[in-house]
Amino acid sequence: MFVSYRWLQEYVDLSGVTAEELADKITKSGIEVEGVENLNKGISGVVIGHVVEREQHPNADKLSRCQVDLGGGEIVQIVCGAPNVAQGQKVAVAKVGAVLPGNFKIKRAKLRGEESNGMICSLQELGIESKLVAKDYQEGIFVFPSDAEVGADALDALNLNDEVLELGLTPNRSDCLSMLGVAHEVAAILRREVKYPSVNVQTSDEQAADYISVKVEAKEDNPLYVARVVKNVKIAPSPLWMQTRLMAAGIRPHNNVVDITNYILLEYGQPLHAFDYDRLGSKEIVVRHASEGEKFVTLDDQERVLKGNQLVITNGSEPVALAGVMGGANSEVKDDTVNVLIESAYFKGLTVRQASKDHGLRSEASARFEKGIDPNRTRVAADRAAELMAEYASGEVVSGTVEVDTLTVEPAVVAVSLGRINDVLGTELLMEEVQDIMNRLQFENKVEDETIVVTVPTRRGDITIEEDIVEEVARMYGYDNLPTTLPVTVATPGKLTEYQLGRRKVRRFLEGAGLAQTTTYSLTSAGKATQFALNATSTIGLAMPMSEDRSILRQSLVPHLLEAVKHNNARQSDSIALYETGSVFLSKGEGELPDEQERVAGAITGLWHAHGWQGEKKVVDFYVIKGVLEGLFAQLGLEKRISYAPVKKDGMHPGRTAAVWLDEKEIGYVGQVHPVAQKQYGLRETYVFELHLQELLAADVEEVRYSAIPRFPSITRDIALVVDKNVLGGEVQRVIYAAGGELLKDVTVFDLYEGERMEEGKKSVAFSLRYLDPERTLTDEEVAKAHGAVLEAVEKEFGATLRS
Amino acid sequence: MKERLQELQQEAIAKVETASALKELNDVRVAYLGKKGPITEVLRGMGKLSAEERPVMGALANEVREAIASKIEEKQTALEAAEVERKLASETIDVTLPGRPVKAGTHHPLTSVVEEVEDLFLGMGYEVAEGPEVEQDYYNFEALNLPKGHPARDMQDTFYITEETLLRTHTSTVQARVMNKNEGKGPVKIICPGKVYRRDDDDATHSHQFMQIEGLVVDENIRMSDLKGTLEVFVKKMFGADREIRLRPSFFPFTEPSVEVDVSCAKCGGKGCNVCKQTGWIEILGAGMVHPNVLEMAGYDSTKYRGFAFGIGVERIAMLKHGVDDIRHFYTNDVRFLDQFKQV
Repeated sequence: MFVSYRWLQEYVDLSGVTAEELADKITKSGIEVEGVENLNKGISGVVIGHVVEREQHPNADKLSRCQVDLGGGEIVQIVCGAPNVAQGQKVAVAKVGAVLPGNFKIKRAKLRGEESNGMICSLQELGIESKLVAKDYQEGIFVFPSDAEVGADALDALNLNDEVLELGLTPNRSDCLSMLGVAHEVAAILRREVKYPSVNVQTSDEQAADYISVKVEAKEDNPLYVARVVKNVKIAPSPLWMQTRLMAAGIRPHNNVVDITNYILLEYGQPLHAFDYDRLGSKEIVVRHASEGEKFVTLDDQERVLKGNQLVITNGSEPVALAGVMGGANSEVKDDTVNVLIESAYFKGLTVRQASKDHGLRSEASARFEKGIDPNRTRVAADRAAELMAEYASGEVVSGTVEVDTLTVEPAVVAVSLGRINDVLGTELLMEEVQDIMNRLQFENKVEDETIVVTVPTRRGDITIEEDIVEEVARMYGYDNLPTTLPVTVATPGKLTEYQLGRRKVRRFLEGAGLAQTTTYSLTSAGKATQFALNATSTIGLAMPMSEDRSILRQSLVPHLLEAVKHNNARQSDSIALYETGSVFLSKGEGELPDEQERVAGAITGLWHAHGWQGEKKVVDFYVIKGVLEGLFAQLGLEKRISYAPVKKDGMHPGRTAAVWLDEKEIGYVGQVHPVAQKQYGLRETYVFELHLQELLAADVEEVRYSAIPRFPSITRDIALVVDKNVLGGEVQRVIYAAGGELLKDVTVFDLYEGERMEEGKKSVAFSLRYLDPERTLTDEEVAKAHGAVLEAVEKEFGATLRS
Repeated sequence: MKERLQELQQEAIAKVETASALKELNDVRVAYLGKKGPITEVLRGMGKLSAEERPVMGALANEVREAIASKIEEKQTALEAAEVERKLASETIDVTLPGRPVKAGTHHPLTSVVEEVEDLFLGMGYEVAEGPEVEQDYYNFEALNLPKGHPARDMQDTFYITEETLLRTHTSTVQARVMNKNEGKGPVKIICPGKVYRRDDDDATHSHQFMQIEGLVVDENIRMSDLKGTLEVFVKKMFGADREIRLRPSFFPFTEPSVEVDVSCAKCGGKGCNVCKQTGWIEILGAGMVHPNVLEMAGYDSTKYRGFAFGIGVERIAMLKHGVDDIRHFYTNDVRFLDQFKQV
């Protein structure tokens, strides 16, 4: 809502308070003033001039040479390019030395050989937005009414020496979508009075009921409809003061009748519609629901296909307006309109909101109906409009209104105890203070014992319960004045859950290992939604996505991590190590909430380690990324329970990818991105992992139990085993562990040889076995026995022989 | 004989002194003190001496031996020290060259803010509650006093999946879930961090995905002044002990009264500058007393229980703390951005 400071003065005395000060006070007490705009915009030296003579410019087809009277006997020649300039007009003249918006200075000039002493201005040149300029003056200069005073300050005449407060209204404060509503707010803040306009309609002897009948078939959606008839209007521009007020409020002037309806909308917050009575095509108004698929052309010349839940105003057979949203082209007030039907109605917010949404049509009217208007202003608004049409459109107001009224207007009565107010706020207010605030707001009230009973005016439909009154008290009392305390409750242990702690641990480890944490988007494209997913389901898409790239919920974190790698690779960062923890979304069926599972994923490429001047470097490979995971599992106490198995997976290198198992559950994978996918993402050799974080952290891990530090030496035996190439080292290691018994403490791989000195199809894997008895020194015989069992087992399982 | 011994002593000591290497010194030791050395030889002639002279001469011989040995010892220490010096000198390296890098990853700045806030409130007895990002319309709107068709739903453009399911537009959803679970009992003290989504075009100040932290306290005697005090603790911890807060009345359907909370501008200290758009204040969060409808819907007796809630924009905090000027940086994951947050 744009509020003109000068206009507001009509309803409440603002003396001694500047626009800026007012803005500050309004903001502090509850409505954010988002800005204060000075309409003047630094303009000076612009006066009203009289074009006493206008001739064709001798050297230019599109220019005029004008003699302009600037008052006080000063007549100057001005060359003007506007197509609508004419002799006899009163116009805005920027004199030589004048300044226009943007610090544009007007100088004496010669245009095509003709002297020009100033500039005749369009409204746009005076800083008014083009969309607010009346159609007649869109392409040319603005013309003042003929009674404008020559030589006077043009800005004053245009009400541009004014400031406009832009109110950022929250949906509950629709009462301030009217000048009177704002006046009430300001009056409460400044402790001043609200001055209502006096409404006094002079009517003819004719009866409105002879002109129109009104029938409402959808009373639920339209409980109050008031019609008034004004005859013999003369369509002309509205008075300049009205036009300028509309423009200050962001509404473009049209003609006197339409402007008056908009003026009342701004003044009372009651949307009105003016029909051309003679174009209605009947003498009746029927308000009903549209029939499904019914067609209707709105004022903006768009054909609308209506739905059955939309409310239309009809002439008994066809729609003439989409209720509360927009009128119809068929009954529009035009230059030749003679008789006018004024509609002032109360339409249900939800119905208007839905229709406005369905048609993508938001109007000043719909914005007010949606949020709720004051039903007690519906009649007076119609009266005031009729009065203004009599005054400014020479109309004759037909006596009486035609109404359908099924609305019961009961003001809310809210009782709240002083104790409650002080309990909620933590204050120690006195009843007098509370009552004073209610009085300032002009809320009728009476005090009964320690309770105040408030009758809320209908303009404040947002106030219905105790808490609403508490809020009014708080905001008028001032939040700055509230004490500061801390909650007093029984002691609660503030601690993270096991899962939250585990997730922090995972993050900390991965960062310690050199991976940077990322945050990527949950929404992705159809192509990436299930790519790299641990276990994909059908996808979950948005009903109305904003773009294809952000249309579906992801089922893997890897695609966006790869996007991030690509982004960095393209910016000269070749060595990248990233990870992310976040949710993926697995479908549990249409309409069901998805199974949200948290994953941890990583992507690594380039050099893992480089120490240039010492000539050290390590290019990322499978064992680098696997090492990171092994470290992570050790931190989580799971290293002995994790196993790896070769796996084929879409998007992953078939020979360099392992499934990760925790006990008997597959919880993730690690490996190289398939060269085809690498190319798709524009990547170099890149390794990724993705793990089911919840499964990983759900594993029961026993508390650490100390075991005595061994006092006896261990004995190490190295063996190099020759096995078939396809035998998995991890399997051999597992068999060795199983066969070695109690005494075998560690088995580590220390060499792999597949070179030419091996028999075809064979490889040699070397293990180091460490035996230990914590209770005593081992004898050679005991080690030999255990070791023998190991050799026997690997021979039996894999046909392994010792390498000679 | 005596003369011979003294002669030998002088001779040996002279040789020790001129020795320049450990080997040379060892040669001297073997030559003079060895079993075939001249002193031993001299002592062999002791048989010719009288009984009185023998012990005197024996003592002298030992003195000579000890003198030589001690000189050798002394020299040896000196030579060894010189040797070590030489070795160390040859081992000198350029200590100003860079070390072998231990590359640590970085904590995402949004996570840092979340964890800092979590830790602050954990210390005050809050728990961290989480909830799903895909929500039912009920938890996102209806349970929060936003029935279908409520105009305030327009304040938050929503990504719907079906008519009844959507991407949550705020973490207030978790409020409703936790309260439902607690079945009308207090106290509830939670903060709920998480991702939220709104239909916004991504630009420098908008992101269709962002993070929020919701805070909620429900108990029998919760007052608005408790909210003010709690937020003051939060602001002073996050932005510095000298920051002030200001509460401005506002509107959220799920709280009544509702406030917007501003913090005094850290850059200008409240005088007005370009960071705070000349106002001296920066808006950082919305808050209020839990609306009685919300309490009732979650099964709380609103005549007995009250609560406060607040919602913090994580990106906003991170942007203010670190002077980040474009929200998209948090989601682009450019390492030149992430690397700047090593210390957070």
